[in-house]
Amino acid sequence: MDQAVFLFEILLPALMQGLVVTLQLIACSAPFGLAFGIAVAVGRQYGHPVISWLCKTFVFLIKGTPLLLLLFILYFGLPSIGITLTAFAASVLGFILCNSAYNAEYIRGALISIKDGQMVAARSLGMTRWQAIKSVILPQALRRAIPGLSNEFIYLIKYSSLAYMLTVIELAGAGKQVATKYFLYTESFAAVGVVYLVLVSITTVAVSILEKRVAVPGTVRATPSAQL
Amino acid sequence: MDVLPILIDWLPYLLSGIVSTLGLVLVALGLGVLLGLPMALGQVYGARPIRWVVGVYVWFFRGLPILVLLFLFWFGIFPAIGLGHLSAFVVGAVVLGLRGAAYQSQIFRGAIQSVGEGQMIAARSLGMSRLTAIRSVILPQAMRIALPGWSNEYPNILTDSAVCYAIGVVELLTITSRIVTQTHITIPIYLAAAGIFIVLNYGGLKLLHGLEKRIAIPGFGTGAM
Repeated sequence: MDQAVFLFEILLPALMQGLVVTLQLIACSAPFGLAFGIAVAVGRQYGHPVISWLCKTFVFLIKGTPLLLLLFILYFGLPSIGITLTAFAASVLGFILCNSAYNAEYIRGALISIKDGQMVAARSLGMTRWQAIKSVILPQALRRAIPGLSNEFIYLIKYSSLAYMLTVIELAGAGKQVATKYFLYTESFAAVGVVYLVLVSITTVAVSILEKRVAVPGTVRATPSAQL
Repeated sequence: MDVLPILIDWLPYLLSGIVSTLGLVLVALGLGVLLGLPMALGQVYGARPIRWVVGVYVWFFRGLPILVLLFLFWFGIFPAIGLGHLSAFVVGAVVLGLRGAAYQSQIFRGAIQSVGEGQMIAARSLGMSRLTAIRSVILPQAMRIALPGWSNEYPNILTDSAVCYAIGVVELLTITSRIVTQTHITIPIYLAAAGIFIVLNYGGLKLLHGLEKRIAIPGFGTGAM
C-alpha cells in the first residue's frame, strides 16, 4: 500500500477522531481538576483540622497509587458496589481525582509562599477569613502556581491516553487500532506521538502567554526552578 | 461470601508482583542515571550539536505519554531493529529508563548549573583539566544538590511502571488483574494492591531521604534548591 494513501486516508482521519475524544477527556477533566485542587489546597491550609487532615490524606493516597490502578478501581471495581460508570465517565473521574491531588500540592506551595502579614492586614481591614482568602491570598497564589499547574496540565494531556486501557478509543487507542489492523506499528505510533508533541508544545506556548497576560506589574514572578 | 480468607490465600501471589515492579523501577532508575548524567553534562559543557541532540531527545521523551512510548517500542521500534525477541519486562524497563533519562538529565543539568561558574575557573587555574574539574569538583557537589529532585523521580517511575501492564509485563498491576479475574473479588483486591503501591512509594522515598542526610556535607546545604 502506498505510504501517502495510508497516512492521509487511513491514519490521519482515525487519529483526528481519536484526538476529538482526547480533547473531550481533557476538557471534562481539567476545569474540575483545577477547582477541586484549589478546594483541597485551601482546605488543607486554612480548614478545620479534620478537613485539613482529610485533604492531606486524599493527596497522600492519590499520589501513592498508580493512576491506572485508580482507573481500574473506578471502572471494574465500583460496579460491585452498585455504581456503574461508562468507560468515559470513569476515565474523567480518575483524571479529576489525580489532577486535583497534584494541583493541590502546587497551589498549597503557592499559598504558603504568600506572607502571613497579608492575612493579618486583610483581617485588620475588616475582611472575614474567607474574604481574605478569596480576594487577597488566592489571586496572588494562583498566579504563582501557574508554572506548576501548567506542568500538571501537560501531564493530564499525556495520561489521558490511559483511558484507552478502559476501552475509550482516544488518540492512543485510535493509533493502536490502525496499527493492529494494518501491521504498521512504528508509523502509527510515531504519528500518535507527533500529535501529542504538538498538543504539549501548543500548551507550553499558550501557558507562557497566559502567564504574561495575568501577571500583575511589580509582583514577583515564579522562579523557573518551580517548574521542576 | 467471605472475602478475607480468599484475600489471604492470594496474598503471596499478589506480593510476588513486588519483585518485578521493583525490578522495573530499579533498572529504569539506574538506566536513567547512566544516560541522564552524560546527557546533562553534554547539555551544559557540550558543543552546540550535542546540546541540540540532547534537547530534542528530552523534548521527545517528555512529550509522549508513557503508554504511547511503550506501544511504539514494544510493537514498533524494537521488532523493526531486530530486537523483537526481547521480553516485555526488558522492553518495559528500557522504555521507562529512556524516559527517566530525559527527566533526570534536566534534574542533573539544573544541579550542575547551580554550582557556581567560579568553581570551574578556580579548578582550571589550579591546573586541573576540564574533565578532572567536572569529576572532582563540580559533580560531587552537583550530585548532592540533585538528590532531592532525583528522589522524586522514584515515585514517578513507580507509578508509571504500572502502565507496563499494557504490554504484558507481569508486574503488580497485571497480577492484581489476574487475581480479580480468578476470584471475581474486585475492590478489596484493588485496594490491597493500592496499599502495596503506597507502601513501596513512601517507603522508598523515606529510604532516599535517609540517603540524602547520610551523604550531606556539614555546612553544605542540600536543601537549598
